[in-house]
Amino acid sequence: MREKLVLIGNGMAGVRTLEEILKLDPEMYDITVFGAEPYGNYNRIMLSPVLAGEKSIDDIILNDEQWYVDNHITLHTGQQVTHIDRYQRRVVTDDGLEAHYDRLIISTGSSPFILPIPGADLEGVVGFRDVHDVDQMLATAKHYKKAVVIGAGLLGLEAADGLLKQGMDITVIHLLDTLMEQQLDSTAGAMLKASLEARGMKFLMCHQTEALLGEGRVQGIRFANGQTIPTDLVVMAVGIRPNITLAQSAGIYCERGIVVSDTLATYDPRIYAVGECVQHRGITYGLVAPLFEQAKVCANHLCQLGYGRYEGSVVSTKLKVSGIDLFSAGEFIETEGDETLVMQDPAEGIYKKLVIHNNKVKGAVMYGDTLDGSWYFQLLREETDISSFRSTILFGQHSVGDAGHGGGSKMVNLSDDAEVCGCNGVCKGEIVKAIQDKGLFTLDEVKAHTKAGASCGSCSGLVEQILVSTVGSDFDAVPSKKAMCGCTDLSHDEVVEAIRKEGLKDMATLFQYLNWNTPDGCASCRPALNYYLLCSWPEEYKDDAQSRFINERVHGNIQKDGTYSVVPRMFGGLCTAKDLRAIADVSDKYNVPQMKVTGGQRIDLFGVKKEQLPAMWKDLNDAGFISGHAYSKGLRTVKTCAGETWCRFGTQNSIDLGVKLEHFTWGSWMPHKFKIAVSGCPRNCAEATIKDFGVVCVDSGYELHVGGNGGIKVRVTDLLCKVATEEEVREYCGAFTQFYREDAHYLERTANWIERVGMKRIKAHVVDDEAGRKVLNERFKVSQKVAQVDPWKERADGAESHEFTPLQMAG
Amino acid sequence: MSDWIAIAKLTEIPQRGARLLKTDTADIAIFRTGSDEVFAVSDQCPHLGGPLSQGIVHGNAVTCPLHNWKIDLNSGDVMAPDEGCVRTYPVKIEAGVVYLGATEVQATIGK
Ligand code: SRM
Ligand SMILES: Cc1cc2nc3c(=O)[nH]c(=O)nc-3n(C[C@H](O)[C@H](O)[C@H](O)COP(=O)(O)OP(=O)(O)OC[C@H]3O[C@@H](n4cnc5c(N)ncnc54)[C@H](O)[C@@H]3O)c2cc1C
Ligand code: SF4
Ligand code: FES
Repeated sequence: MREKLVLIGNGMAGVRTLEEILKLDPEMYDITVFGAEPYGNYNRIMLSPVLAGEKSIDDIILNDEQWYVDNHITLHTGQQVTHIDRYQRRVVTDDGLEAHYDRLIISTGSSPFILPIPGADLEGVVGFRDVHDVDQMLATAKHYKKAVVIGAGLLGLEAADGLLKQGMDITVIHLLDTLMEQQLDSTAGAMLKASLEARGMKFLMCHQTEALLGEGRVQGIRFANGQTIPTDLVVMAVGIRPNITLAQSAGIYCERGIVVSDTLATYDPRIYAVGECVQHRGITYGLVAPLFEQAKVCANHLCQLGYGRYEGSVVSTKLKVSGIDLFSAGEFIETEGDETLVMQDPAEGIYKKLVIHNNKVKGAVMYGDTLDGSWYFQLLREETDISSFRSTILFGQHSVGDAGHGGGSKMVNLSDDAEVCGCNGVCKGEIVKAIQDKGLFTLDEVKAHTKAGASCGSCSGLVEQILVSTVGSDFDAVPSKKAMCGCTDLSHDEVVEAIRKEGLKDMATLFQYLNWNTPDGCASCRPALNYYLLCSWPEEYKDDAQSRFINERVHGNIQKDGTYSVVPRMFGGLCTAKDLRAIADVSDKYNVPQMKVTGGQRIDLFGVKKEQLPAMWKDLNDAGFISGHAYSKGLRTVKTCAGETWCRFGTQNSIDLGVKLEHFTWGSWMPHKFKIAVSGCPRNCAEATIKDFGVVCVDSGYELHVGGNGGIKVRVTDLLCKVATEEEVREYCGAFTQFYREDAHYLERTANWIERVGMKRIKAHVVDDEAGRKVLNERFKVSQKVAQVDPWKERADGAESHEFTPLQMAG
Repeated sequence: MSDWIAIAKLTEIPQRGARLLKTDTADIAIFRTGSDEVFAVSDQCPHLGGPLSQGIVHGNAVTCPLHNWKIDLNSGDVMAPDEGCVRTYPVKIEAGVVYLGATEVQATIGK
């Protein structure tokens, strides 16, 4: 027979413990639950939005009664347990219901502290804890006007905000001169106060409540200074007290809360306790994140696994008042020996403060811009040494190490172990994995499977970003260390290694050898594999057109209306009158709807019909042009500036060098697009320092810069080294390009690649190792022999003609 | 029943690729998969009209070149997470020649 498990308290921590148990061993126990409230388990945190009218009770139910039925749990709602008989191992409720237990979990939560002042028992005086309290407040708001909230902490302000939204005239009373002093320093507190005042909330700071006035129903409030104000409702939000009476009466050892060990066992080994009623290592908690950690450990022991340990939690706070972004964590009031970093922009309403000790984040307060809260919190918990990025830490994570275009969204750049949902302790990696493994597509599904965003909901936006970046466009997906795509479990690196080590030289062999899950891959892995094979075996592998994205297959950029654009190469941006005339003629001949000078120093002919392409290319070829590869994962343009030839500041012949580099590098296939620029002096008119490979000419030679990106996320280059001659520039350019070609993941631009592998590695291969550099450069030249064939000419001569000629219906 | 009209030799369609068939009434994408099955669907992606014949073919599906919607060529259904469907046309291969069901193509005139 199964052992009997009884849970007292049908709240957030207790039911979470049951969920964890069901995950570990659903067959283990016969479970019975007693809850004093007349509902299934609901999300207490969300009472604030319910009060504000943003959600209904139905929206916040976590486990409806069917859930208990489905999991064979006996639920007694509206039953308060009044007695625990530890000798006979049974519990008894106020209605006289009884249940026997082998193991017992006490999870009775806490109650609002009601100030022991005259009038505290008047009608219209409520706490803010459960559905009943919210119902009372909503009912009052319908018929009365004035409300007072005592206590400007987290709960008090959420109550005040809700009542304000219900149309009440609201005054918040606080004993101290800063609101939310537990969570905010005085600066952030003042900013918060100002923005709440702007919404119409009134504050009486440094006011001590002495008595509540009224006959039967509350009518006013009197302070220690003698002042009185009228009111129809008083919400007491001055603190909470763990519910320990029941445990105490059963003789279980309690102090402020029920005292538990690191396994969440009370002094009676058959009885466990979790949640707000618990005191662990001297601390009681009032936020769900630590309680959920407790639940996990408690379940681990109840399922007799015995290895979980709860060692206490560091908590962070967010305020759930819509339109107000606020975050705090750790010890954010500096004490001796601490240093403080502060950034403040009063006009933007932004304030960030970090308290640092021994180069580690000890506490953080943020107001107005809390995007980096989870990052700071991670640095805090992991005690990361921040000395290397201290000077920019206040600007956020993106300023430190996530440059590159990264799909544009911040979440893409978070590491897998970065915590996204503070309430449930869910990291990015878990979310991504659940989305991929379980095929999740909606926020609700992700919430259901991972619990991320399922409690206070303030991370829903982040979860959604992860969802978008995970299931979103495959082509723009930033390659990660994880499986290449759904077709395999292997990572990019593993696949590349297999290709080179095992000598895999065509796609069919590769699919078979590496046990691909799909017969011929997908639109995400096929272009990557085609590239890896091409790069590894330049002289042997035959390019597979059908594995290329349309742009590279037909050598033009597909437009939204299905036409294509044509960008002829203009080496270094140089052109002659004859060139321009030829382009003009082509434009006339084919009725090109629009022409434009591109950001890459050449001319784009937009809106060309596919069938016209080969003929147009032929005309351009005849005029001396080749493809500009404006569509390719490969060399795009080499931008140049006027340079020594013309410019009064020029130090070297930048035009000529740019043209040479473009002749050297055009046509090569790469993991992603690649842009080069050569500037004639440090004024840098060719913008070399945001290019994949940039040359800045100086009097004594050439500075070589790498890893720049001017796209979605601007990244300035890192200096690779300085060289003295053009010959060296070429050699370094070839070696760097080849190293990028061989080392980066498909769809990883140099910026992302360098962020991932580090400049040290690049320098070790391209700068420090002279022999290695020469070998890389030679390999690049070998692959260029095959690659430098103008694809336009091939097609103008008839190659792949099926692409450009539609079928006709015979008959 | 269909009147079958020959439209191409199988070899004229690249494996894991497509050819565009222009008719008076519709642009139809004729696909040939890696296992030499042939499918015909309207060349307009149900999302924003992208030319499906230009997409990458994998298994019995094609990924639209514009925003990566995936379409099951057999049913014409858009694959999750997106939703929608495209019109499919009957096709068959006989002795290396691909035939399209003309009645269905004619029927699109009325649309
Ligand atoms: C034509 C041009 C705009 C113009 O008229 O100036 C252009 C057009 C496109 N760019 Fe660009 N980019 C053009 C210069 C740039 C520049 C400026 C530059 O090169 O100096 C940048 C920022 C610099 C950089 O790349 O670091 C730029 C950053 C992007 C990005 C973001 C890349 C990144 O890593 O962040 C994309 C998206 C992508 O590649 O995934 C993009 C993608 C595109 C695509 C190909 C969109 C697409 O995938 O279909 C556009 C094709 C439009 C069309 O319908 O033909 N384009 N694009 C420019 C062509 C330059 C050329 O001569 O080849
Ligand atoms: C309005 C509001 C907003 C909040 N916002 C946040 C937030 O943004 N972030 C955050 O992390 N936390 C927030 N909290 C705190 C969070 O809700 C609590 O930390 C959490 O609910 C505590 O879980 P628990 O299981 O310990 O207690 P509870 O969820 O209170 O559950 C205890 C249950 O036990 C029942 N019970 C008690 N005694 C008995 C008995 N003798 N017999 C039977 N049943 C009994 C009670 O009726 C109750 O249903 C908020 C709380 C409130 C009230
Ligand atoms: S910025 Fe580039 S990608 Fe965006 S619309 Fe303009 S050309 Fe297209
Ligand atoms: S048009 Fe096909 S995915 Fe957008």
